[in-house]
Amino acid sequence: MRRPRAWPLLAPGGLWLVVFFAVPIALMLGVSLMPRGVYGGVEPGLTLAHYRRFFDPLYLAVLRRTLLLAAGCTALCLALGYPVAYAIARSGRWKHLLLFLIVLPFWTSFLVRTYAMIFLLRDTGLVNQVLLGLGLVDAPLTLLYTPGAVVAGLVYGYLPFMVLPIYASLERLDRSLLEAAAVLGARPVARFLRITLPLSMPGVAAGCFLVFIPAVGAFLTPDLLGGAKQLMIGNLIQNQFTSARHWPFGSAASFIVMALVLAGLLVYLRLRDAPARGER
Amino acid sequence: MPASSRSDSPPVVELVRVSKHFGEVRAVDAVSFAIRRGEFFSLLGPSGCGKTTTLRLLAGLEEPDDDGGEIRLLGETITRRRPYERNLAMVFQSYALFPHLTVERNVAFGLEQRKVPRGEIGERVRRALEMVRLAPDKFARRMPAQLSGGQRQRVALARALVLGSPILLLDEPLGALDLKLRKEMQLELRQLNHELGVTFVYVTHDQEEALTMSDRIAVMDHGRIVQVGTPAEVYENPRTAFVAGFIGTANFFRGRVERRGPDGCWEVAGRDGLRFRVPHQPGLGDGVEVEIAVRPEWMDVFPPDRVPPEENAVPGTVREVMYLGETMHVVAAIAPGRDVTVAVRNEGQLIKPLPWRRGDAVAIGWLPEDSQVLEAD
Repeated sequence: MRRPRAWPLLAPGGLWLVVFFAVPIALMLGVSLMPRGVYGGVEPGLTLAHYRRFFDPLYLAVLRRTLLLAAGCTALCLALGYPVAYAIARSGRWKHLLLFLIVLPFWTSFLVRTYAMIFLLRDTGLVNQVLLGLGLVDAPLTLLYTPGAVVAGLVYGYLPFMVLPIYASLERLDRSLLEAAAVLGARPVARFLRITLPLSMPGVAAGCFLVFIPAVGAFLTPDLLGGAKQLMIGNLIQNQFTSARHWPFGSAASFIVMALVLAGLLVYLRLRDAPARGER
Repeated sequence: MPASSRSDSPPVVELVRVSKHFGEVRAVDAVSFAIRRGEFFSLLGPSGCGKTTTLRLLAGLEEPDDDGGEIRLLGETITRRRPYERNLAMVFQSYALFPHLTVERNVAFGLEQRKVPRGEIGERVRRALEMVRLAPDKFARRMPAQLSGGQRQRVALARALVLGSPILLLDEPLGALDLKLRKEMQLELRQLNHELGVTFVYVTHDQEEALTMSDRIAVMDHGRIVQVGTPAEVYENPRTAFVAGFIGTANFFRGRVERRGPDGCWEVAGRDGLRFRVPHQPGLGDGVEVEIAVRPEWMDVFPPDRVPPEENAVPGTVREVMYLGETMHVVAAIAPGRDVTVAVRNEGQLIKPLPWRRGDAVAIGWLPEDSQVLEAD
């Protein structure tokens, strides 16, 4: 049988991506290599100065903080998300309800939800009122505008991106593998460590990337919950495009972050495919 | 004391009135049987008859109902033990090979879980792979995805055999293989059973497979065991119409016993005005309703009115003559909508063709003692 041509189906979405993703990226790459104009914008020319400027200790510190916060957020999402995904995958008829609850927060705006966290964490917020009311603390704790607040906000925002891919990989896990392991003498803990966990690694990896990548680029959460002291690379880039009116530097910083993330992805893919090629 | 003979030794596996419900469904209903050491024991039945659940109860993958009887292995009651506390080996229908481990790590898995010393594992894995005819040098480092169906089947078998467990459970292990490979594996499994002295408990829905391989067969239907016996017993002396119909082909006749004839046989007035004789059996007497099964190969086709007097004779019309290779099947209508199948040896249709053609009037004959008197289901 002749297979129907697939490209007409690809055309609308492909065109959309070309116009709104590929073209702007190409423009940004061009801008990042051009000298800055006196009143913002760019002047004709070719320079690597903006890329060199990024390696200033000031900006490297922001990058370092960004990577640490994003890594912390990813680790916490994994620690919280894996058990949730595991429980949902084994919850039988409650599965659909629980999955629905996981994605429910997406029904409201991320901005609104982040503002809501301010009400929770500020000095006169709910958390401090409960702690004071219970007499556990004498004075309100500084919760807002700390790295902890940023991580909490990021975890809250990105947890579903960790839960869903892990759930999907656990859901696909063939129950008979666990039964075979049990008959072969494996107790529950051994079954988890030797069968379930390794076979859910693709889901774990997908979840980690889905959380880490947007966390590296986050600017709303550090802006609202971290204040001026917890500047992340996303805020830096945002400032270059807005108040600083330095588009070339903002573009260069974007490309450096993008290159880092891509490098990480490639390293992971190399590691993952190594055993499948029969290497030991 | 002298060593007891094989049949006297205590059963290796024993189920005593084991029951298992899934909700309202009675999957396994008061099943009892005992399996002797080294036996090749098959659980045979259609899908949904409870054979796989019975095997899973044995493995500990299902738990019997609260008052669901007792399971013993090697004389020890293990009804509620976890699977990893049973020292059993099992081959799964889908093989259940661990996709992220090499062949050698798959086979080593059970040994590692049983804390066998590292140095010993390599050698035992090697021997197990050789036992299932997979060259260790060639296959040990492969991933399951790089194997054919037959090779995966062998790895699953090696993974079970390597443990040296006295009992091997097999859940339709050959179901996914093509016919030629299946025949080959049937023979190999039988040989392994003989050579290793391991007791095999084998689940299958394939009656031919059960007949060729088993020492004894338990025929199951609707969660119950209908009959346990050697292949010859269940084929030649089926207890019920279900067994007669499920194992091989059978022609069924029903009727009411009328009187005892001079030859000691009972004369039966069948439906559709047929008359036939059945040999004496306990329970037969005047007025008793009786059902019999007759195997096609124990019947013969004659010209009308030429059936020998000692045989039962039923007139009919040839509907179809089918060529099966070793045998020919003659299907004759003996009443509207009632067919009888007779198997006749094929002596070469090119040299000595069967004289029967579609539409010929014939008579079907069989000896009364070749009638299998059935119990009601």
